[in-house]
Amino acid sequence: MDVKKYVIKQISVFSENRPGRLAAIAHALGEEKVNILAFSIAEANGFGVVRALVDQPDKAYKKLSSIGFNVAFTDVIAVRMEDRPGGLYEIAKMLGDANINIEYSYAYSGKEGAVLILRVDQVIDAIEKISKSGATLIESSVFH
Amino acid sequence: MFWDKKNETLKGEKLEALQLKRLKQTIRQSQKVEFYKKRLAENNIRPEDIKTLDDIQKIPFTRKQDLRDGYPFGFLAVPLKKVVRIHTTSGTTGKPTVVGYTRKDLDTWADLIARNMTMVGITDDDVFQNMVNYGMFTGGLGFHYGAEKIGMTVIPSATGNTKRQIETMKDFGVTTIHCTPSYAMHLSEVAEEMHVSLDSLKTGIFGAESWSETMRKSLENRLEITAYDSYGLSELFGPGVAFECPERNGLHIWHDVFLVEIINPQTGEQLGDGERGELVVTPLVKEAMPLLRYRIGDITMKIEDDCVCKRGQKIARITGRSDDMLVIRGINVFPSQIEHVLLKIPEVGNQFMVYVDRVNHLDEMTVDVEINRGYFSGELADLTRIQKKVVKELGDALDLRTTVKLVEPGSLPRFEGKAKRVIDQRGDKI
Repeated sequence: MDVKKYVIKQISVFSENRPGRLAAIAHALGEEKVNILAFSIAEANGFGVVRALVDQPDKAYKKLSSIGFNVAFTDVIAVRMEDRPGGLYEIAKMLGDANINIEYSYAYSGKEGAVLILRVDQVIDAIEKISKSGATLIESSVFH
Repeated sequence: MFWDKKNETLKGEKLEALQLKRLKQTIRQSQKVEFYKKRLAENNIRPEDIKTLDDIQKIPFTRKQDLRDGYPFGFLAVPLKKVVRIHTTSGTTGKPTVVGYTRKDLDTWADLIARNMTMVGITDDDVFQNMVNYGMFTGGLGFHYGAEKIGMTVIPSATGNTKRQIETMKDFGVTTIHCTPSYAMHLSEVAEEMHVSLDSLKTGIFGAESWSETMRKSLENRLEITAYDSYGLSELFGPGVAFECPERNGLHIWHDVFLVEIINPQTGEQLGDGERGELVVTPLVKEAMPLLRYRIGDITMKIEDDCVCKRGQKIARITGRSDDMLVIRGINVFPSQIEHVLLKIPEVGNQFMVYVDRVNHLDEMTVDVEINRGYFSGELADLTRIQKKVVKELGDALDLRTTVKLVEPGSLPRFEGKAKRVIDQRGDKI
């Protein structure tokens, strides 16, 4: 199995916790015609990290860096779940049984159904375990 | 190299005799100022009572507030007709302090600058870019005329347009620059972004702010220069009062021109060599605006008198002016200490802002600092780790708990003139 095709490039943007920062990021990406598929904000002590899955991560990285943002790529994986009551439970249980430690996670429900995005410490190892557990991983080509 | 070898190396009895003669002249000159006439009379001091240098201790101190109260021309000892230039100091509160110069004062001042620059090997072969304010601030015109006196090629580029400054430095083969240390840091950042290397540059003269040895190393590495500390204040002409020689271990203050005392700021008593206290200076040759025992508020000490360059006794580098000294929960904090800590932490930038407030009767200090581009991993946990590291390092250095806010790179203000990094919001809050 080519596990690499399941590794998805998330962009992580350092942002101060003050009004207008998300708007600045979103506006810049809109200008570049970069589509945001999913995002979340994590906050701690006056600053935060905006995490986003976008269709053109390299373009997003370049644009945000050029206007002064501190941007990094982070490897994440995406797991399909059923968009119905109990859907998340089934996946969460599978991940637990497979002994996958999640650093953070966020989800969205889109054209391809419901998707759970996971940041784990051992990406390749997690991909193999999740495949064996019977859950469906989504290839990065679906997003980018 | 010497500009005025005889006066620069004057020591012992010869120096003291000259100082006493000039002190007496200065006291006589001061009696043309209503403030000093009254001041001495109130304290039952006649000018002829000052017979030795030690007798100066009978005279009360002059404070910055006294000068402000004399606004605008209360401290002039000559008619305005004889005053050929006026400068004012950057007044932090209320009215600025006005300083007047006669033609002879300007000449004395230019000579002091020439002494300083010659001391570090600068000659008429050098090309000098003076990147400070040319207006009321004394750093611009002060260095300008001193450098011209030496015969240097002077570029009065003043402040602003950093990219143009860098292009000028490169295109004109500038060898020597003068600016604030924080602006020099900014210059080095911009030069790096522009991919410009400033090969002709040899010497950097930095003043108007106190700066750390770590900052010196950083500037020297980034700009490939030798950096010298320059000290002065408008009330004593401006820059040129004291300056480092190539030893760069303390600053030579010109004893034939300035009578130096170090005092205990609480009791006013004189302190000996090696004892840190407040610098008090009586300028000895000023015509337009003589001052007696002027309390500067800067903290320093006299260093043992044995410099290999043979010039007179040095003072230690200033750890901060008392007016940017903060007292937080009873602890003295100088912004230069914070800078020193931040320079040692690669994950954060060199720019910072300090906010002081009082919350529940307690002083709280918040330091805003930029996260450096290369050190953002994308993980919140790593940012928190950096934040904690800065808190710990500041705590260790200042003996004080601080709040540290990580901000985006490039978001903090860059200062071209005197950096104003401290915002004290305590006011009258209790």
